[in-house]
Amino acid sequence: MTLEFWVTQTFNGLSYGALLFLLASGLSLIFGVMRVVNLAHGSYFMLGGYVGLSVIWRTGSYVLALVAGALALAVVGIAMERMFLRRLAGQTLGQVLMTIGFALIFQDLALLIWGGDPYSIRPPSLLAGVVTAGPGRFPIYRIFIIVIAVAVGAALWLLLDRTRIGAMIRAAVDDPEMAQGVGIRVPRVSLGVFALGAALAAFGGVVGAGFLGVYPGLDFEILPYAFVVVIVGGLGSLPGAMVGSLLVGLLDNFGKALFPELSYFTLFAPMALILALKPTGLFGRA
Amino acid sequence: MNRAILLGIGALVAAAAVAPALPSYPLTLLTQVAIMAVLAMSLDILLGYTGLPSLGHAAYFGAAAYAVGILATERQAGFLTCLVAGVLLATVTAALFGLIAIRATGTYFLMITLALGMVVWGLAFRWVSLTKGDNGIAGVPRPELPLPWSLSAPLPFFYFALVATALAWAALGTLARSPFGLTLKGIRESETRMRALGYDVWLHKYLAFVISGAFAGFAGVLWAWYNGFVSPVDVQLVTSVETLLMVALGGPGTLAGPALGAAMIVFLKNFVSVYTKRWLLILGAVYIGVILWAPRGVLGALRSQR
Repeated sequence: MTLEFWVTQTFNGLSYGALLFLLASGLSLIFGVMRVVNLAHGSYFMLGGYVGLSVIWRTGSYVLALVAGALALAVVGIAMERMFLRRLAGQTLGQVLMTIGFALIFQDLALLIWGGDPYSIRPPSLLAGVVTAGPGRFPIYRIFIIVIAVAVGAALWLLLDRTRIGAMIRAAVDDPEMAQGVGIRVPRVSLGVFALGAALAAFGGVVGAGFLGVYPGLDFEILPYAFVVVIVGGLGSLPGAMVGSLLVGLLDNFGKALFPELSYFTLFAPMALILALKPTGLFGRA
Repeated sequence: MNRAILLGIGALVAAAAVAPALPSYPLTLLTQVAIMAVLAMSLDILLGYTGLPSLGHAAYFGAAAYAVGILATERQAGFLTCLVAGVLLATVTAALFGLIAIRATGTYFLMITLALGMVVWGLAFRWVSLTKGDNGIAGVPRPELPLPWSLSAPLPFFYFALVATALAWAALGTLARSPFGLTLKGIRESETRMRALGYDVWLHKYLAFVISGAFAGFAGVLWAWYNGFVSPVDVQLVTSVETLLMVALGGPGTLAGPALGAAMIVFLKNFVSVYTKRWLLILGAVYIGVILWAPRGVLGALRSQR
């Protein structure tokens, strides 16, 4: 175990955590407002990656791929919320089960459209390459992911904490009935948050396709990571999603490097520990 | 006896009676139905009776199947060793996971069971030295029993699976009608009220979780023998999702309903696979349809019409 190992693994863990934050923050926000855990959230991530891939193939523009992936899945999210989830308003279990149905459909549709081969998005040349500093070698693309996640995190915080829309969202999270009573259109807030969450996941999917790749089954593989993040951090909490993402990213990376055969297992122990000490997660409220 | 039990016994007798006349393909389908019915009924104890939606039930099913697969191929273990080891591993897994999952309710419970189920999948997939990873364990032999017929033939194995299913159904039915089962129903309806009445809610939920896992393990043992092959498919999320749909489709809290749901899903899956590879698409559509139009399942819908 050299210093280089620790530096590299810590850096990889941080960048993976940054990617998880893009995925999990949306999941957490959606839960906060709608009390629904969206099991199709991993599907948004995967589909975002695929849409981005197609856009890159057609246009060659990485920026366009990011925008198109996020927008396409925002539309999918809006359609899902408006046409299906709303019909079961108030029945949390029914809504959750319905999102499973969508996750299955999305997985099969992706296989139908993009086939079974794994692909990856090659980052633009500006983001290719490696920075060497001291004992570590840091791929620029992973630095880019961390920067993006910090920017998204800051933007989300500003949106929620400093704007009128954010105040409306927080009101809807705290007490939907009172919020409705004071004239906030809660259904519209829900719809907006759902679209935002889907767009964030898809954006993460395009970014993630640069180093995880995009392949069939990615949706169900990444979903438990997002779950562990929000379980550890606490559902509906933005700081929780941040801390949870970093913890899970680091744990997963060190787990994979130190105990490759038990890699999934290394996520489970800390989750169990935190649940045992604080069932609502680090930042969750009962 | 109520009508569901009579219908169930009728179905078992009818299946046993027609089996000798069936060609091998329908017979293997009926065998699959029998085994999946055990898995669906085991989940019903959690979802239907206790109100706990588990999305990781394939974990116990798969753990038991892997135990049988590894012991039977590498240690040439016989009937009793495989059965006991499989059910025991599933029970221990459930006992461990239950400690974590039972603290949570509702959506949290669903997410935690899903994440825990994925842990088992991850082990099956990545612990290659033990599980052979993605390739799976092939050539799992069926057990030799002191019977005049060898279980390697389809018909004797079908009767074997049918008897096992009937036993599991009888055991779970007795459990559901016992004071313990009634307490579970009470917890499903109102946890706070049961707590106020002095019941140990945590303990009842935990025991239901462990018992449910043990029976899922029993199904997994049967499945490993039936299939002769154990792979990460047996523990993957889609298997848990299919099981949950069997229960939701048939009617939670009825035991016979989930068994019926298992039959519907197995037949639908095999029927669909003849025409198209788009099974997940259809499974997803059935899921959404059931939730929109028959939220209490087929049996539930029939009952409300009477």
